[in-house]
Amino acid sequence: MATPAKAPGRPSKANGKGAWVGRRLKRKEDPRLIRGISHYTDDFKLAGMVYCAFARSPHAHADIKSINTDAAKGTPGVIGVFTAQDTTSIGPVPCAIQMPGLKVPRHPVLAEGRVRYVGEPVAVVVAEDLYVARDAAEKVEVEYEPLPVVTDMEKALSNDTAYVHDEFKSNQAFTHTLKNGNLEAAFKKADKVVKQRMINQRLCPLAMEPRAVIAEYLPGENRLTVWSSTQIPHLLKTQISLLVGLPETSVRVIAPEVGGGFGSKLNVYSEEGVVPWLSMKVGRPVKWNEGRRENFMATIHGRDTINDVELALKKDGTILGMRSRVLADMGAYHQLLTPLIPQLTALMHAGCYKIPAIQIDIIGVFTNKMSTDAYRGAGRPEATYNVERIMDIAARELEMDPAQFRLKNFPKSKEFPYTTITGLTYDSAKYQESLAKALKLSGYDSLRKRQKSARKNGKYYGIGVSTYVEICAIGPSAATPAGGWESATVRIEPTGKVTLLTGASPHGQGEETTFAQLIADELGLVPDDINVVHGDTAVVPYGLGTYGSRATAVGGSAAYMATQKLKAKMATLAAHLLESKPSDIVFGRRSLSTKSGKKKSLSFGDVVTAAYTAHKIPAGFEPGLEATHFFEPSNFTFPFGAHIASVEVDAETGEVKIDKYVAVDDCGNVINPMLVAGQIHGGLAQGIGQAMWEELIYNEDGQLVTGTLMDYTMPKAHFFPEFVLDHTVTPSPVNPMGVKGVGEAGTIASTPCMVNAVCDALSPLGIRHIDMPLKPERVWRAIRQAESAPPKAESEESPKKQSKKGTAGRRRP
Amino acid sequence: MTRNVAITVNGTERRASVEPRLLLVHFLRENAGLTGTHIGCETSLCGACTVLMDGRAVKSCTVLAVQADGRQVTTVEGLASGDQLHPIQEGFWEEHGLQCGFCTPGMIMCSHDLLGHNSNPSDGEIREALNGNICRCTGYQNIVAAVKNAARKMSKPIAARAGAR
Ligand code: FES
Ligand code: FES
Repeated sequence: MATPAKAPGRPSKANGKGAWVGRRLKRKEDPRLIRGISHYTDDFKLAGMVYCAFARSPHAHADIKSINTDAAKGTPGVIGVFTAQDTTSIGPVPCAIQMPGLKVPRHPVLAEGRVRYVGEPVAVVVAEDLYVARDAAEKVEVEYEPLPVVTDMEKALSNDTAYVHDEFKSNQAFTHTLKNGNLEAAFKKADKVVKQRMINQRLCPLAMEPRAVIAEYLPGENRLTVWSSTQIPHLLKTQISLLVGLPETSVRVIAPEVGGGFGSKLNVYSEEGVVPWLSMKVGRPVKWNEGRRENFMATIHGRDTINDVELALKKDGTILGMRSRVLADMGAYHQLLTPLIPQLTALMHAGCYKIPAIQIDIIGVFTNKMSTDAYRGAGRPEATYNVERIMDIAARELEMDPAQFRLKNFPKSKEFPYTTITGLTYDSAKYQESLAKALKLSGYDSLRKRQKSARKNGKYYGIGVSTYVEICAIGPSAATPAGGWESATVRIEPTGKVTLLTGASPHGQGEETTFAQLIADELGLVPDDINVVHGDTAVVPYGLGTYGSRATAVGGSAAYMATQKLKAKMATLAAHLLESKPSDIVFGRRSLSTKSGKKKSLSFGDVVTAAYTAHKIPAGFEPGLEATHFFEPSNFTFPFGAHIASVEVDAETGEVKIDKYVAVDDCGNVINPMLVAGQIHGGLAQGIGQAMWEELIYNEDGQLVTGTLMDYTMPKAHFFPEFVLDHTVTPSPVNPMGVKGVGEAGTIASTPCMVNAVCDALSPLGIRHIDMPLKPERVWRAIRQAESAPPKAESEESPKKQSKKGTAGRRRP
Repeated sequence: MTRNVAITVNGTERRASVEPRLLLVHFLRENAGLTGTHIGCETSLCGACTVLMDGRAVKSCTVLAVQADGRQVTTVEGLASGDQLHPIQEGFWEEHGLQCGFCTPGMIMCSHDLLGHNSNPSDGEIREALNGNICRCTGYQNIVAAVKNAARKMSKPIAARAGAR
């Protein structure tokens, strides 16, 4: 990734104070959703539609000796059964990332001769009925010859390993080093060096709507329409045209209602190549809906890194340097962005701190597992976890309060825009203010008192502090694989109603409401006048989609800019009609008037009518009222905040009770505070979920043992206390609305915050780190181990020696 | 082999000849054409498919259509009367109790069951009652607020009636 361009000066128009912007407006999309009458992909039923189901590999690594499809084909109702032999015309599953030395294995849509992870599609059955398709898929007989399985990243990099892809003669997918400053000198002059090995476990994104695809091909028109539960309809359209070999002009992708994504639908999957191909092959519309088990096995996973982090410090707590080595599990193949994610981790390793010297080494590793890719936060939670955990450990070893330690190392707000040691330019921030607010809101001092008295009574009460900065509004195009801009077309219809076509395709974020709020303010209308259309490539100009907390900052800015173009055009026309100058025209509530001289005005509708009838227009004036803008951000935005959690640990059972959770976030100007709070709540549940409960486990044979909702602990309502939220507002100078983005913030800060809290609780036992998730069993074992470990000196320990399960307990005197 | 069933869905009797293994959720979605009831797991673990059967919440992926023969089933589509939303639907709207909306019909139907036998539940009781329903988007906080909002609305006419007596 290139370093983004420097931010321009702040635009003078201050947003956030309009009639609609800043209000807790109920969502426009909700009535259809709460009535159950909206349409997700699986809700469509086309005339003549047939169903398909995939036969998937039960082995993590095996050669396919033979495939017998006779029994499946013979099942009444089956239309066809297809394997890799039949699908050679379908292109490979794409990876959008290019970087020097990156190994990109061929990724066929159906396994060709060898399977490399459990759940890899091997054959597909098309049938008249869903049940029949599934039955027949089970009748596909595949003879496998198992091969040695690679699951452990460190072993995968050793000499004693099999290869996931023989052609590379290595399981290393890439290496990447980000280095700046004199690190050796920093470590040499350090009074103290702290080190920790930390595992960031594999997670399941688990959108509640599993993926689904419907494809319909009309040969006469040569038109392929694909409905898919995707975050990126336009990019998917381009890729489907390449996959099935149709001109892009023949392909239309529709992302209807999408039931959550969290990054897992920011991708192009095998099924999105196979299902359209099937519809062309069998001449009928074809539907595929993913089962939850398939979703666990064959939709991308998140995280899965092993991290060795070191921090060099002065006695007084000043940070001198940081070194980090990250092993990142790619899985067996690259999906769309797989190798990119750990690079975001490298970039964000400075956190919100002044670090004079840094080196981050990232090694991507192939294993016999499903691919990892963007999962809510995508690289930033991993970085923030490393940074915020090591800061906490450093503060403890220096016997400093963790909040004071952080305050000491933050850049001051007047230092922004601030260029980090990793080469990013942070747009704007007030880290001190945000942490101070969180401390106050949580009653930090009284929590510490409570901790003291709990300890006197033999209880384990802990307080976790975590601050964070994240990189959002992706992003300047130069720094992204496929462009970082977003499009918007605003059309004022002849009746004065407004249609916004946005390329940012939402899946729960509420853009139909927030974008309507911002346009209503600009035009002097009400949000109900504005209809936000998204997710249909035949209707909406090319756009990049909703991910990376970019929709409002980039897509909203595009809508804002397109609206400005229309305002200028309307002002020209109104000036002509009112015999005034365009610069003299102001927008009021449903009106345009002159501001100087004798006040003359026209209704909004009159000007719209004039633009369409075109009877009285100035010379050279283009009739109609439609404008498109492709907004290119000058930089990323960098939201930030401070979270504080307090927990009580039951030393007998290892159970952790969350007592309090306080989050202070700053996402710049806010369009709808209710929706911002909703994003934070959801993010917190996911981030705390990682810290406490969630984990995808592959055993040594590469079997996914937590691959059902029975085994994977998905957080439920009663797992959480009521979250306490507050915010600061630091507008971003890099877009006209001063917004930063909020989709991932909660997920990023909460994970280290929880682990910091539990480790703080158990610090009297000498427990310094426990790897996630902090399930009772794991906490209980750490406590038992700490109690039975002989007292040890406070010397540096070799992180290598710690067990992979990561309980490093020492009893303190 | 098929069996004839007659299931009353949202007040309308639906007759069909179905495979004995057909799940109620598929009957509702495919035969009755009511797609507001969603499928998130088909294994009784997510709650997206929750409907009322004879007034009590059931996961319709765990009930066979033949087991619902002769019963009354209410789906999310059956809650509003005309333009008038049910108070639980209003609660979810007013408190921003949904984001992607996929879990929402199940959440609403489960809350309906809860409020049917506990008109004034505490936060803890709501969280416990919803423990078979998963939401990945909201962090549950606004769902709890939505149910409380609905409880307040639903208790009002009853209180008024009690006062009139
Ligand atoms: S679909 Fe029935 S509980 Fe998940
Ligand atoms: S609103 Fe998306 S799963 Fe609940």
